[in-house]
Amino acid sequence: MTLTTSTAPATSVDTPARRKFEPNLRDFGIIFGLAAIILFLALNTTTFLTGQNFINLFDQATVVGLLAAAASLCIISGVFDLSSTATLASSAIIGVMITERFGVAAGFFGALLAGTVLGCITGLVVVSTKVNSFIGTLAISIIYRGLAIVLTGGAIVSPKPEQILAFQTWTWPSLFGLTAGSVLMLVTTIVLGVVLWRTTFGRRIYAVGGNQEAARLSGIRTGTIHVAVFAISGLCSGMAGMILASRAGSAQPSMALGVELTAIAAVVIGGTSILGGQGAMWRAFVGVMVLTVIGNGFNLLHWDTTYQQVVTGALILTAVAADGLFRKRNR
Amino acid sequence: MNSLMVDVGERSGEDMDPIRGISVTGTGKRYAGIPVLSDISLKIAEGEIHGILGENGAGKSTLLKIIGGAVMADSGTLRLNGMPIKISSPRDSIAHGISLISQELSLIPNRTVLENVFLGRWANTAGLVKGRRDREHFTALIRETGFELDPDMVVSRLSIGQAQQVEILKALARGATILCMDEPTAVLNEMEKANLLRVIRRLSAAGTTIILVSHYLEEVLDICDRVTILRDGHHISTADASGHTPESLVSLMVGREVDFLMPDIPPVRPGAVTVLEARGICSNSVQDISIVVRRGEILGLAGLVGSGRSETLLALFGADKVSAGSVAINGQRVQPNSIRDAIKAGIALVPESRKDQGLVMSRSVVENIALATLGIRSAAGFVRGVAENRAVADISIAVDLRGVRAGSPIAALSGGNQQKALFAKWLLAPPEVLLVDEPTRGVDVAAKSRIHSMIIELAAKGTAVVVVSSELEEVIGLSHRVNVMRRGRIVAEFDRNASRDDVMASAFLK
Repeated sequence: MTLTTSTAPATSVDTPARRKFEPNLRDFGIIFGLAAIILFLALNTTTFLTGQNFINLFDQATVVGLLAAAASLCIISGVFDLSSTATLASSAIIGVMITERFGVAAGFFGALLAGTVLGCITGLVVVSTKVNSFIGTLAISIIYRGLAIVLTGGAIVSPKPEQILAFQTWTWPSLFGLTAGSVLMLVTTIVLGVVLWRTTFGRRIYAVGGNQEAARLSGIRTGTIHVAVFAISGLCSGMAGMILASRAGSAQPSMALGVELTAIAAVVIGGTSILGGQGAMWRAFVGVMVLTVIGNGFNLLHWDTTYQQVVTGALILTAVAADGLFRKRNR
Repeated sequence: MNSLMVDVGERSGEDMDPIRGISVTGTGKRYAGIPVLSDISLKIAEGEIHGILGENGAGKSTLLKIIGGAVMADSGTLRLNGMPIKISSPRDSIAHGISLISQELSLIPNRTVLENVFLGRWANTAGLVKGRRDREHFTALIRETGFELDPDMVVSRLSIGQAQQVEILKALARGATILCMDEPTAVLNEMEKANLLRVIRRLSAAGTTIILVSHYLEEVLDICDRVTILRDGHHISTADASGHTPESLVSLMVGREVDFLMPDIPPVRPGAVTVLEARGICSNSVQDISIVVRRGEILGLAGLVGSGRSETLLALFGADKVSAGSVAINGQRVQPNSIRDAIKAGIALVPESRKDQGLVMSRSVVENIALATLGIRSAAGFVRGVAENRAVADISIAVDLRGVRAGSPIAALSGGNQQKALFAKWLLAPPEVLLVDEPTRGVDVAAKSRIHSMIIELAAKGTAVVVVSSELEEVIGLSHRVNVMRRGRIVAEFDRNASRDDVMASAFLK
């Protein structure tokens, strides 16, 4: 508790630019983990380091990647969104139904709009009822899945046969041969990352998640921040729904069931604290890549995929335990 | 009754002491290196009602918790009937018949009175609960205490007074012979209070020892056999209650030399305009608060913990819901119940708890300091990093935040530097009115005096300041005027030359 005397009082506060780069295990351990898995696969398979495999990897990561980017925003702001894949299914179905009537472009737009509106509703409900977001969004997810069944009568919906080719736009190769869907996921992740890193909105997200009362007493509208975060989560679900429907050429009420938990797992594996107020967007992306590469590796090595679940579960536990351990040591 | 402790040959003397009761010898306790209790020796006889008194922070609750087994002392011995005992868990204290009833009751709200009274000790055969035997035991306890409680009522539906009765029954059901009570009457209404005092007398007559901490002097004198007075963690006196008056208690509690020098404060300029004017503010915790602070003036709010000082600041800031009254800054009315409007009007609040209300501990120094004024240094929603670093660096020099990296986590800073950062946050946009709650709690001496001069400089530059502090020297030494609060109301006003005794007396006495 002593007053530190600075040698140069005039510049007593260092600017972040002058900060020394001090990597530590807590901050960057997961990158070494990912690198180790990649190295292992590169040495033990002939197929891992091929362009086509990377294109596949990113394509497989697309849906979880979008959901994890959104989940990352939610968790940093101190809430969970378990309704994300229910929103995904509903908006994909709405997108397909609009496609049937008004064409593919309108359908894509409709899916994104539906996702955003549903996310907004989720946010308003959670904020105004003050229900714990975990339970609140769980209940809302059941409602949205129900909505999806009501809309389709429980059946699979698909665009008209002559629309299918255009509808599958998101599976087409684009930049560097990556599918259009993968590119959309990467762009979204980067944009949200910049929002979190550089904008006042991002700063407020961290503050609300880190200490809601301190944020409130600093004049931040904490409710508005949460509604906005849920709306963005809805938009990401809409994108993921659109891409998933585009890939399958159809949509149905049970789409992406349970993937919201995979997304949360990816966020945690990346090293974002589930307690809120800490973390970064690149962590969600790294977490998604770890999960995807492990799945990919099991395939390439012809290992029994049953064990993949054991490995994934163990990885999540390790990540959370490590977070708790470092947290304790740093206090 | 001879209450003097014999210092020489104490151990052998005590072991043979025929008097039954509980005693502490040489008890000390530190929190984060700061002593809160030093070398306390005290003996309380069986069946006695003993009051422990002191100012805010004198260490009375800590002493009670040590006797009650909720806190382990760093040094000293606890003896029961002359035998040294060691308490390291609630189970140990129960085994010794000691029960602590703290201000926060420890009941399970969704279960019944009966289940709570016998919590964890239900009569059973091989794990099967035998309700009938507990019920009979309950009836006996009710008869003993004279409480009126429905055993099947769910605890969450009880009044606070009834819940406290359940706590007492729970203690008695565990065979407690020593009851330690922290501010038992603070939350009770007049009838519940009278009822509680009657039960305390009855229990004492039946041989139960009662140790209580209270702020209410008349009450303590009325019910206690003897009282102990603590000051700054030291034992000042233990004497029969009959020899005391409320005034004599107050003078023993505050009779302290001023242990640090307060800087001089420049007088308010004659004819200075009114900046903050609050009229008839009412909220859940405060009643009819009217405050006027002029340009350059520092108003102190004194009073006991829980008297509504912090809540007054929160109401002025729009953070606590206000049901009546108005706040005006420079004659302009501020929208009630809106923190954003209060900030826009130029009000700033440095809150009581850095950890809970002030800082986002998971973020960096620079992010915390910038948080309340992000909009000023942004373009199209983006934080202008260069402007931010520059503003934070400048303000950090102004508040003397030395040797601190702007990018390091705020949690890594000392208490004093965290407090300075909290001031820096609000000084980035110079406020018209600065509300400060406990400006120097848990900070070291150097930081303390730096924060004091900072507040005085701000006032000298024209800010109207309201300071709340539990330290009487601080609040008197720092203010032009002092308002004293008691039970949610402002009950007295003093000028800078007021004596500590007068201020204390109006905070404690009716």
